[in-house]
Amino acid sequence: MASMRDIKRRKSSIQGTQQITKAMKLVSTVKLQRARTAAEKSQYYFDSMYRTVNSILSRVGHIEHRYLRPGDSERKAVVVITSNRGLAGGYNSNVVKLITRNDAFKKEDLDIYSIGNKGREAFARYGYTIKEDLPEIVEDPLYSEANELTNRLLSSFEKGEVGEIYLAYTFFKNTVSQEPRLIKLLPVEAKSEDDAQAVMNFEPEDIEAIDMIIPKYISSLIYGGLKEAIASENGARMQAMDNATSNAEDMISKLSLQYNRARQGSITQELTEIIAGSEAIG
Amino acid sequence: MAENKFNLRIITPERVFYEGEAQMVEFNTTEGEIGAYPGHIPLTVIIKPGILRIHEADGERIAALHSGFAEILPDKISILAEVIEWPDEIDEDRANAALERAKERLKNKYENLDVARAETALQRAMARINVLK
Repeated sequence: MASMRDIKRRKSSIQGTQQITKAMKLVSTVKLQRARTAAEKSQYYFDSMYRTVNSILSRVGHIEHRYLRPGDSERKAVVVITSNRGLAGGYNSNVVKLITRNDAFKKEDLDIYSIGNKGREAFARYGYTIKEDLPEIVEDPLYSEANELTNRLLSSFEKGEVGEIYLAYTFFKNTVSQEPRLIKLLPVEAKSEDDAQAVMNFEPEDIEAIDMIIPKYISSLIYGGLKEAIASENGARMQAMDNATSNAEDMISKLSLQYNRARQGSITQELTEIIAGSEAIG
Repeated sequence: MAENKFNLRIITPERVFYEGEAQMVEFNTTEGEIGAYPGHIPLTVIIKPGILRIHEADGERIAALHSGFAEILPDKISILAEVIEWPDEIDEDRANAALERAKERLKNKYENLDVARAETALQRAMARINVLK
């Protein structure tokens, strides 16, 4: 049996860890609240954007446009949003798995645009091509950054370097549940549902309007993905740290029991020895 | 009596910029300046940098609107703006500096100059300065 001193040392080390996980949980709770408000605020924009783009595409679905059909290249670009810091449970690996376990993606044919250090580390380990590494965006995403990334993606698409563009991020369902998602950014798929909407007119013409609106649409999807991902990251970390704290609690109570048993055992032993000794003398 | 106002929503990626009832709204588009009254035919337009004027029942509000697009419906107008500012959010010195810079670029015609970009920068700076006037 472990000695009293060993058990005591172990217990205090776990208590130290527990204090850290508890503090990290509190920090991520606060960050989560902030990130969630930000995500909700930008939600409006994406909903309207999505609706508008859909209404445009439902009317011009048959039109030939370079953004509406896949490029000739076999290569695919994937924007992957992960976090810069770990200790967030399965948050990062779940996003990475979306890519690595996807049969439609061949390792050699992918260009990874990595936002977040953890994702980059994982993809580098698996031997993927990291086209761009943008860890700083995830700290405090700006719309202009999403916009610049979109422009680079679009120019790569237009040059024929890639035929399709995807976005992998974690959708924030609620505090306890986050869902990794993979969405196709380009080519934009026209939805077939044709609501009986008022006929929309365009100025300039449809095709020119698509030219201008699609890049904004993609920027907004990336920006929205970033906001969601940050909320998810903090949600995931909060949960992971909550679990760690309660696990530490369990271990501490188990060790306290062991410690008390050991203490009692040593007292009993000492008593037996004293009595035996006095009997031998007497 | 016909409705003489419509619901106006101006949304940016970061926030809801404006939401309320307006009688008329004016802004600049790729096809020129337009003003929309209630009962307009459905129309989607692309925004160019310029001044946004919102005519409310009790006065007029202006803002510098730089990019995005607008969806006009008879009873509702939604402006999806990438960049938009109220006058008190504009830094006048910065706008002036940007104006000078853009003018100079366009005048000197450096090699590899992205003319479209310089022009947009010029238009933006002018929109900002005009709003402050």
